[in-house]
Amino acid sequence: MLKYIVKRVAFALLTLFLVATMTFFLMNMVPGGPFSAEKAVSQAAMDALNEKYGLDQPVSVQYKNYMLKAIQGDLGVSLRQRGRTVSSIIATKFPVSARIGGMAIVVALAIGIPLGCLAALNRGKALDNIIIVIATCGIAVPSFVICTILMYIFGYNLGWLPVVGLTSWKHYIMPVVALAFYPTAYIARLMRSSMLDVLGQDYMRTARAKGLSQSKSLFKHALRNAVLPVVTYVGPMVAYTMTGSFVVEKIFTIPGLGGEFVGSILNRDYTIIMGTTIFLAALVIFMNVVVDLVYKLVDPRIQLK
Amino acid sequence: MSEYLVNIQNERLSFFTPAGEVKALNDVSLHLKEGEVLGIVGESGSGKSVTAYSLMGLTAYPGRLIGGTLDFNGHRINDMTEKQMRKIRGNEVSIIFQDPMTSLNPVYTIGNQICEVILLHTNKNRAQAKERAKELLTLVGINEPEKRLKQYPHELSGGMRQRVMIAIALACEPKLLIADEPTTALDVTIQAQILELMMDLKEKLGMAIIMITHDLGVVASMCDRIAVMYAGKVVEYGSTDDIFYNPKHEYTRGLLRSIPKLNEKEHKKLVPIEGTPVDMLNPPKGCPFAPRCGSCMKICLREMPAYTDISDVHYSACWLLQKEEFEKGGNA
Repeated sequence: MLKYIVKRVAFALLTLFLVATMTFFLMNMVPGGPFSAEKAVSQAAMDALNEKYGLDQPVSVQYKNYMLKAIQGDLGVSLRQRGRTVSSIIATKFPVSARIGGMAIVVALAIGIPLGCLAALNRGKALDNIIIVIATCGIAVPSFVICTILMYIFGYNLGWLPVVGLTSWKHYIMPVVALAFYPTAYIARLMRSSMLDVLGQDYMRTARAKGLSQSKSLFKHALRNAVLPVVTYVGPMVAYTMTGSFVVEKIFTIPGLGGEFVGSILNRDYTIIMGTTIFLAALVIFMNVVVDLVYKLVDPRIQLK
Repeated sequence: MSEYLVNIQNERLSFFTPAGEVKALNDVSLHLKEGEVLGIVGESGSGKSVTAYSLMGLTAYPGRLIGGTLDFNGHRINDMTEKQMRKIRGNEVSIIFQDPMTSLNPVYTIGNQICEVILLHTNKNRAQAKERAKELLTLVGINEPEKRLKQYPHELSGGMRQRVMIAIALACEPKLLIADEPTTALDVTIQAQILELMMDLKEKLGMAIIMITHDLGVVASMCDRIAVMYAGKVVEYGSTDDIFYNPKHEYTRGLLRSIPKLNEKEHKKLVPIEGTPVDMLNPPKGCPFAPRCGSCMKICLREMPAYTDISDVHYSACWLLQKEEFEKGGNA
């Protein structure tokens, strides 16, 4: 076990290093810079800014300086949001995204898994077809369309839910639903196919031959085997969903982290690009470790090496 | 209550597939007394397993029982609800399957899977169930039962897993054990061990066994009665001696001709049964074996033969026997 942990941590650090390195050089290859979009900046002012943030030095020196600081946990200051450190921006915005994303994941699991099971149990019947159609729509329809439709119906026509901001529990409903739509549909489809596979297994026949009721054999014998593919999918999904969605946050004007990913690239806010990318990569790596541990819990055949 | 533990009369069962009705069983009649071993032999698709599964109410969708009666241990199986059937399954009648590698749930321990059936059908508490599970593992010849209970199926070999399946099947001391090709997936030495174990347990516990197999060697050594099935029909039924030494049906004879014999001096070629199995979607009007039969007559293709009793316990469905009977009757 100890060997496993050491190995995983070593690989995680290596991955983070590679991600940071690639992002850094790719980012610097893109033409323009953090201050090039600002109007009426004199050459002297521009030089001063570049010098202040060390952007006048060669890229390799910048890289060395950044990495040395990053190893010590210092992700630097934002180049465009004056006076704020990258860490503080992540620290204030991540919880907002994580809250909405976390709820969306719970919703997706709570609806997706039963829906998939229902479809599998009613294979080929009307209910199965209805669920497949809904799930296919959920995967095919982009989130901005869902957001707009939700806003139009519940926010504008019916007036039940507020469309902007995040001040009461009511504000959460639409963003959470919009964010949960795709994973719900995906989980339902995954669950359906893996459940169909499990229902055809010999041990399900054994369960029936023992005299177990259908619900007991389903909950005890089928579900635990069928849920494995969902675990694999949900791990990385948690990382992506908790870090926010640019589209959903923009539409509902939510001050989350999702906006920073895209915004920082548009602004060439180098330190934020690096900070959010490293943060997301770390989260994905962490979730993958969690997936492996959950896998081990669910299926005793799996060995962590 | 009848004298038989199992009495199947004229069972007809079909699978209603999109391509049409597959008549899996056509007028199957079988009976078995308490403590007897019945072997059901026949080629793939002849209805051996379907017959046995229907006795447990485990007919797979889209199969449906459409005629006949099934009696088991005083229960009329056809009239029972799913809920009533559940009380019998794993309790009065148990089954062991062909492939022990996949018949146990990989994510639960052996102990969990044995105790499950004990807790379901008896009033024992967890500790008592565990004790019973240990007893059962010892009974089926597994050493260190305490340790095995905590192991998962993937930690055991195929033979061990089949022993565990047998332990599960015997947990509630069933009246009838159905063994659906229990040794097909095992290697030869393990096969012999498992069969020996089953016969040993039969002696100890006094249950009846229905042995489904296509291995004639297995039935010869184990069974009191043998039913030979072909195309969803019992073509010959009799004691083991009747079937091996006095076979009456051409299909039975064909099966016997295709077994290699070790004790013969000259090495004769094995004789296969020519032709292919019948298409169950469009079964022929007459005797299903007629197209492959060496002694086929005109009537065989037109009409299904009735059963001819050769002795009290030996009967067969063949026109040749009917003809013989008729000639005998004519002479008398």
